[in-house]
Amino acid sequence: MKLRKVSAASAAVLALALAATACGGDDKDSGSSGGDSKKVTIGIKFDQPGLGQKTPDGYAGFDVDVATYVAKKLGYTEDQIEWKESKSADRETMLQRGDVDFIAATYSITPERSEKVDFAGPYLLAHQDVLLRADDDKIKSPEDLNNAKLCSVTGSTSAQNIKDKLAPKAQLQPYPTYSACLPGLQNGAIDALTTDDSILAGYASQAQFKGKFKLGGFKLTNENYGIGVKKGSDLKNKINDALEAMVADGAWDKAVKDNFGPANYKNEPAPKIGDIKS
Amino acid sequence: MSSILYDAQGPRAKRRNVIFTVVFVVVLAALLWWVFSTLDEKGQLEWALWKPFFTGTEAWSTYIWPGLQNTLKAAVLAVVIALPLGAALGIARLSDHRWVRVPAAVVVEFFRSIPVLVLMIFGLALFAEYTNVSSDDRPLYAVVTGLVLYNASVLAEIVRSGILALPKGQAEGAMAIGLRKGQVMRLILLPQAVTAMLPAIVSQLVVILKDTALGGAILTFPELLASANTMSGYYGANVIASYTVVAVIYIALNFALTSFASWLERRLRRGKKSTGAVLSADDVETADAGAVGKL
Amino acid sequence: MFDFLQDYDLAGAVWTTVQLAVLSAVGSLIWGTLLAAMRVGPVPLMRGFGTAYVNIVRNIPLTVIILFASLGLNQTLGVTLGGGNDFETINFRLAVLGLILYTSSFVCEALRSGINTVPVGQAEAARALGLSFGQVLRLVVLPQAFRSSVVPLANVLIALIKNTTVAAAIGVAETALLMKEMIENEAQLLLISAVIALVFVVLTLPTGLILGWVGKKVAVKR
Repeated sequence: MKLRKVSAASAAVLALALAATACGGDDKDSGSSGGDSKKVTIGIKFDQPGLGQKTPDGYAGFDVDVATYVAKKLGYTEDQIEWKESKSADRETMLQRGDVDFIAATYSITPERSEKVDFAGPYLLAHQDVLLRADDDKIKSPEDLNNAKLCSVTGSTSAQNIKDKLAPKAQLQPYPTYSACLPGLQNGAIDALTTDDSILAGYASQAQFKGKFKLGGFKLTNENYGIGVKKGSDLKNKINDALEAMVADGAWDKAVKDNFGPANYKNEPAPKIGDIKS
Repeated sequence: MSSILYDAQGPRAKRRNVIFTVVFVVVLAALLWWVFSTLDEKGQLEWALWKPFFTGTEAWSTYIWPGLQNTLKAAVLAVVIALPLGAALGIARLSDHRWVRVPAAVVVEFFRSIPVLVLMIFGLALFAEYTNVSSDDRPLYAVVTGLVLYNASVLAEIVRSGILALPKGQAEGAMAIGLRKGQVMRLILLPQAVTAMLPAIVSQLVVILKDTALGGAILTFPELLASANTMSGYYGANVIASYTVVAVIYIALNFALTSFASWLERRLRRGKKSTGAVLSADDVETADAGAVGKL
Repeated sequence: MFDFLQDYDLAGAVWTTVQLAVLSAVGSLIWGTLLAAMRVGPVPLMRGFGTAYVNIVRNIPLTVIILFASLGLNQTLGVTLGGGNDFETINFRLAVLGLILYTSSFVCEALRSGINTVPVGQAEAARALGLSFGQVLRLVVLPQAFRSSVVPLANVLIALIKNTTVAAAIGVAETALLMKEMIENEAQLLLISAVIALVFVVLTLPTGLILGWVGKKVAVKR
């Protein structure tokens, strides 16, 4: 008798766990199966405030605004957009396999990537930069970075750039996400957080950090953010048209202001389509 | 047990106890005070950073719950796949035939001596290169693959020791009434061994649950720990607060499982129907690393 | 075929893994023994602390502990463990600290089960001789407990060797991090994985075999 009770209890626990995960699986399936029935799937970042951030009310950021505008021009309503997280390392594969229709996720146009996917845009010219404490006067030029303690995300191009050419002697702390760098930056354990200035501006403009951080303004590299599409896709031209329209009717400026406003971030003017700064 | 090591205490020992207690409390309190005051000084205790977890449910429903679901999904999938695999390997290791026994032993020992993280990293690259699993699912597949390979071999050892822990008379009696080898295993040994192993299996669940966190930290698997990262991006980099909340969830979950395992164990030990062989939770902690070298 | 190895410091990474394992092993043996002593000792508060410590720490993923060591202790509380300004040294030491804090809870449990195998009469006889709790533990019980927990402790050590890979989460340049880097840059997935697997088999299998043999040798015959 006792044994049976015990087994029943274990079975119940297992069943509960299974049930809990089963519902998880369900809504995912119903979500991703769409695509043929007038839906557009867009890849963005989920953890970069200012560009693409998952929030309790949906998604927010400059990339999200641009992607939404483009999707509307392509004839979709906001309800028909399905957002997917596209991590930096996965972007090309996601496009090649058709997991997403297009990607707007701090996606820099580079020759290597252009071999695998096509890019519409660019829609923003960003630069690798550093985020410093507002009262820091130690780091005035890119050369000062060599004696500094930097933080970036594991495996990111910004981290690689620093190690390879920008400041090979700098100390580099890698973390799984940019926000993990911020407590250290605030407390002085880290001197600078380095990645694209657009991303940094997104962090600096969070209400929490108003006045605490500043951008270095070093323009270490040129990052031409483009919208990635599958190689040979006819979406490229349509998206380019949409981007031009966005700049023309002022929606682009508004999106910049909304997302990067409070960070003292001097954005570059809207780039011309196809004008890739190297 | 502890009372065996010291006598009922006289006045001197009691005084000493008090001194020890006081010193210990002071040291502990000083440490805690230092942690809290420094956290406070660095502004990490500001209510704004902790508020999302205590007021409203959006932090839970947007970030934590989906992450927890993925954690549980990976853990349950791993157990469900690893159990039969482990049972098969464990039984194969007890086979009378050398050609079955030795390969099974090699597989088990191999996967037990490799870190589960290495298996996961391998799995991720493997699925990316040789299959067309979508990038959404790849981290899940990789995490589950790593967990299954490792835990199947641990469970194989649990099954094996569960069967070996049964009194010899069980198998002998079964053979005496004319059952064949397969029947002895299927009808007599396994059913008893499975009950004996239950606590050990539940404890192994704890190990699996903890290991899913590796997927979040290193493989971009969107589980509970990774949800803390996304979350801290939105709530003004409240990294310490987010990680603390996540750690508490892990502790609560695993503590519940551990307690369930020891309850099971006590229950089974008291039970009259069993043969008295019970594999305790502690046996697993050791089986976790495995007594190597029983080829 | 093995050309790709020239571009990477495999030996250095494995050496880091070994150092992580050895330092953490020594540290967790000491801290784990102290915890075990607290758990069987006469001071109720320390007993409670030992129990609480083990129950909490065992149930947190090591990944979380190590990330906390870096993000909490170092980045927020400013602990550098004497590593000065050098991230590499600091992260290495933080990883060792995290591994010690985590592993010692398992050492404590292994020792406690070892203490349980020492027959009641031993401790009673020692007490009858007038030995204090510290003396009973130090001179009579622990020496026997250690001898009978060699095998469980060996298993903890093997788990520890494998757990050093988690240090990759805070960027310690050990074997698993190197593996990830190599896989991202080179095409020979299977070969790289085989090499890394071999490293760990070589590290763990002999440890298990030797300590298993030692365990049998020193086991208290009863």
